[in-house]
Order: sequence, then structure tokens, then C-alpha cells
Amino acid sequence: MLANTGIPTEEDLKGVFPSMERLEKGPIAIFECYQHIPCNPCYTACKLGAIEPFADINDMPKLLEEKCSGCGLCLAKCPGLAISILDYTYSETQALIKIPYEFLPLPAEGEKVTALNRSGEPVCEAVIVKVLNPATFDKTPMISLAFPKEHIKEVRHFKRLV
Amino acid sequence: MKTPDILIVGGGPAGMAAALSAARYGKEVVVIERDPHLGGQLIKQTHMFFGSEKQQASVRGFDIAYKMIQQIEALPNVTVLKSTTVTALYDDGVVTAVNRAGYHKFLPKTMIVATGAFEKSLAFPNNALPGIYGAGAVQTLMNMHGIKPGQSVVMVGAGNIGLIVSYQLMQAGVEVKAIVDAAPSIGGYIVHASKVRRMGVPIYTNYTVKQAHGEKSLEGVTIWKLDEKWQPMPGTEMHYDCDILCVSVGLSPLSELLWQRGCQMAYVPSLGGYVPKANEHHETSIANLFVAGDVSGIEEASSAMVEGYLTGLYCNLRLEVYAEDMAALIADYKSQLHDLRSGPAGDKIREGLAQAKLEEALHVG
Amino acid sequence: MRITTHPVLDFKREEAFDFYFEGEKMTGYPGETIAAALHANDIKILSLSAKNHEPRGLYCAIGNCSSCLMVVNDIPNVRVCVEPLSPGDRVERQNGQGDIV
Repeated sequence: MLANTGIPTEEDLKGVFPSMERLEKGPIAIFECYQHIPCNPCYTACKLGAIEPFADINDMPKLLEEKCSGCGLCLAKCPGLAISILDYTYSETQALIKIPYEFLPLPAEGEKVTALNRSGEPVCEAVIVKVLNPATFDKTPMISLAFPKEHIKEVRHFKRLV
Repeated sequence: MKTPDILIVGGGPAGMAAALSAARYGKEVVVIERDPHLGGQLIKQTHMFFGSEKQQASVRGFDIAYKMIQQIEALPNVTVLKSTTVTALYDDGVVTAVNRAGYHKFLPKTMIVATGAFEKSLAFPNNALPGIYGAGAVQTLMNMHGIKPGQSVVMVGAGNIGLIVSYQLMQAGVEVKAIVDAAPSIGGYIVHASKVRRMGVPIYTNYTVKQAHGEKSLEGVTIWKLDEKWQPMPGTEMHYDCDILCVSVGLSPLSELLWQRGCQMAYVPSLGGYVPKANEHHETSIANLFVAGDVSGIEEASSAMVEGYLTGLYCNLRLEVYAEDMAALIADYKSQLHDLRSGPAGDKIREGLAQAKLEEALHVG
Repeated sequence: MRITTHPVLDFKREEAFDFYFEGEKMTGYPGETIAAALHANDIKILSLSAKNHEPRGLYCAIGNCSSCLMVVNDIPNVRVCVEPLSPGDRVERQNGQGDIV
């Protein structure tokens, strides 16, 4: 389980994963923060009020699905790199996930990569759609990758082929 | 002999924060740091900090450190003595220090010991082979000097430092083969564990090192599983070829100076070992001798900095400085510390600090 | 091996200089400790232990553990993990306790 392996179980994921109904409306942030730790930058970063106000700094983020636009402002601010943005509406067959990636060399747009799950195991082939690395992200680049829709609950990272 | 108002031993996160607030009302402050630079372990931290905006959450550790260093260097009433080691605290209040220029004596009016901590080691055959490092040493090589310490590593310890340094090793291009921890569950923040796990790094709880291998330097390591009584289980061995074994099994306060001065000490395992007893103003059993940061109990650097800011103000209070904003500042730092320690991650800290509490506020008032 | 590109850090190195390990010429940079420069040159055995003369390397890197004592410019027991490297330094492995008289 999570506390022994670092891998969230299906049950863990269920608690933070958006509903299909919400996913079909467009991009949304997913907060894989399963532990009460003293940390709140996601809450202060959100300009849309999409995270319920923290009563205590040790609160876990609680997303108000309807308010989140999937803008990604919170993504590079999370010290735990626990936030991803999932866009189920990216295309007919493909979903898009935006994740933080602090490694060199950065992948190129259009590059084919192997998508990995939360255990680091290969899931499917994916394509790098965008690499965003502005100064405001402070060296936590945001990588968008497209992959077949059926894997939305699995894909959380990637490995370059080269 | 110099007689500063406030003498601070140690220029890490707690000492730097203490210096900034100690100097706030014009008092003469001296900081003594044994390294050639301020910053302590903070300047090696490449990850974003947790906490809230007040503790600069989301800012990387070294960026926090460099900003504080700049602020300190701009203060006319703070003298920083680098590459200088405090050698003794005498009963008459005299403090001696040594550097290349010679021997120095101080008789400070108040003093803050913020000497930090050192890494614990682990006993196993061949544990002194070259290639076996404390996690801090690996950070020094990689993050301060830009030197890749080797090709592949096994990390011992799944606390925050072990997990963070594993990730940093990957950023430096080192293959992390496994993270092992004798405890039954991951001690660090789960988010740190998840981010290395999804890059394929296995984390083995209930495992420890059986033995390191190598003639001249490390060539591999054998780990084995522990049963519920923490006894190794023969037959569960796993072997990894690696040229780095990184030991991150906790920290102990660097409290020698406090022992020497005769401070009342308490053995509190959840704070890392022997810590000085201190009252609510972070003052030890010796009048005018204050403590801040890891030397008074191992915590996150964010808490160490808030403690430092607070203790710098308490010294001003002792020196009978009365300023309009001081009460509000103290209240704010106290509430920050309370918040940082209030969750389940702070359970052990709160429990430990209660054990190290000096009951009477002996010297204040 | 020295890291040239890093996802978070910039390593700005000033002009390199020579130093000597056991007589062999090596390259160091201003700001490096002796131990760091030796690591960059792939030297990991820094001393031999006092009793059994077993190899010892860098361990704590904060000047605490005494695993890295070396002879530098004929001076023994130098904690090379915290000692800044200077141009022309002559660094030797220390075998056991340093000879100070």
C-alpha cells in the first residue's frame, strides 16, 4: 500500500480522481496528495478559488470540480510534484496529461515516449505535445503528453526512448 | 575581548534567521560559522519547500538561503565570521573561537547556539568503505560542487532526506537502484516517495543492509528483510551492484557546546537524541544562552528558520528592547510554528518538545 | 565527474588550476574542497585506517567524522571535506594517524 511503497492504490486514486462527467467537460487538475502535511501553496496559487479554503495548513487539498479550469497554475507550485492536469477532451481517441518534469534533457515537442504508471511501469506509447518552461515555473517544466484515452487512470509519468 | 549584544553560533537556516531578527532593532550581532560560507545545509537543497507563503513555500531551498545571505550581508550591525570554529563556552560566559587569523574571545550579553545536526551512521560489515556516504555528503558533491558521485546508488532510509536525495541523485544522472528502510512504513512525505516510485525506483520497507561489498571501494550491497521484531530474516537477501551507498538514517543534534557549558539535557529519541532543555523562550537552563534549530530537536528546515526568527526576538526581549511591532511579530512566528507542527507529521515533534521543556521560565521577566 | 548541465542548478566554474595527488597532476576549480576535486578526478580512497590500514573515503562532508584526513602540503590530518583547494596543493593519502612531529 501507499505508505509502504509510494504507489497509490485504486482506492486512494478513487478519492482524488475526477468524475467521468467532469472529465468530459474539459481539463481538470488532479491532486495526488494523500497525507496531512504542513503545506498549502496549491491553495494560494489558485486564482479561481477551486480549492476549498484551508482551515489548517495541514489540510489536504479538496478540489471544487466545477471551478477548476485545468489552467495548471498550481502544478509548478506543488513542492511534492503531486499535481497533474488531465484533459479527457483532447481528441476523439487521445487524452492529454500535463505533468511536472525536472530532468534533462527535456523532451522535444512531437517526440515519442513511453508513458509510465504510478509504479514506473510502461503503459503505452505517448507523444510529447508541449514543453512549457517559463521563468515563473522556476525550473519545474510542464510537459504535455497525449496518449490513448483508455489509460487515463494509469498514465502519470514518462520515459524517453533515447 | 569583544562584547556583542547577541552572539550566534552557526550560520545555517536557524542561525541566519536568528541573525536577521536579532539585528532588527540595532543590536550588535556576531555570527560565527565554521564553513567558508553561510547557509549550512540549506544551500544544498534544490527542492521546493513545503509550508505556507510565510515560510516561502514553493521556493527552492538554495534560493531561500541566498536571499537570507544577501539580507544578512546588507546589515551594518551584523558581523559574520566565516571559517571560524567556536571551541568553548566557559562558565564565566566567555566564548572562544579559532580561525586562520588566530584565537578570539567574546563575552556576549546573550547567545544563540544554532549548531544544527550531524548524520547518524549505520553498523554493518564494511560500512566504512569508500563509496558509502552520508546523504549530506552526496548533496555537497552534487549540489554544491556539481560533481556526480558515481553511477548507481542504493539509498538507506526512506525519510524525507533519503527520498529527496534519491530524487536529486536521479537529477544528477545517477541510477537509483532501490531505497530501503528498516521501518515498516515510509517515514518521509508520501509525495516524495511517489515521485521516485513512478520513475521506477522500488522502495523496500522492513529491509536493512546486511553487508557492503568491495575491496578498495564499494562494488555492491546485500540487503535483507526484517521481521516484526526487527530481526533479519536469512533467505530474504537481495543483491545490488552499485558504487554508492547512501546512508540517511536520521540526524543527531550537534550539542557538544551545550554539554560543555553544563546545560540541562534530555534524551528524546523523537528529537534525534540528547537535546537541551529549553523554556518557552528557547532559553536553556543557563541564563542568556538560547537555542534554535536542529540542535534543539531535529525538524524540517522551515521550522528551524521560524525558530531562529523567534529566538532572535527573544534575545532582544532579554536585552530590554521595547518595540511596537515586537509582540505582533512574536505572536506571528509562534503561530507559524504551531501550524507547522500541528498536523500528524508533527506528532512526534510536539511530544518530544514537551519532554525537553524546561518547566520554569527561569530567567525571563 | 563534473556535472555540466543540471535541471535546477547552474554551475559557474572559474578558471581551472592544477593540483597534485600523490604526485599526479589533476584539475581543480576555485571554490571546490579538496575532497570534491579528488572525487571529480575519480579518487575515492582518501586515507587508510589507523589500525588495519583499510581504505577510507568521504563520509560526512561537514568536517565531523574524520574519515577523510589527508596530508596536504606536508601537513597531516587535514579534513579535506571542508578544506578549500588551492592551486598547486600537494595532496597525499594518509596512512593511519598523521605524523605530526
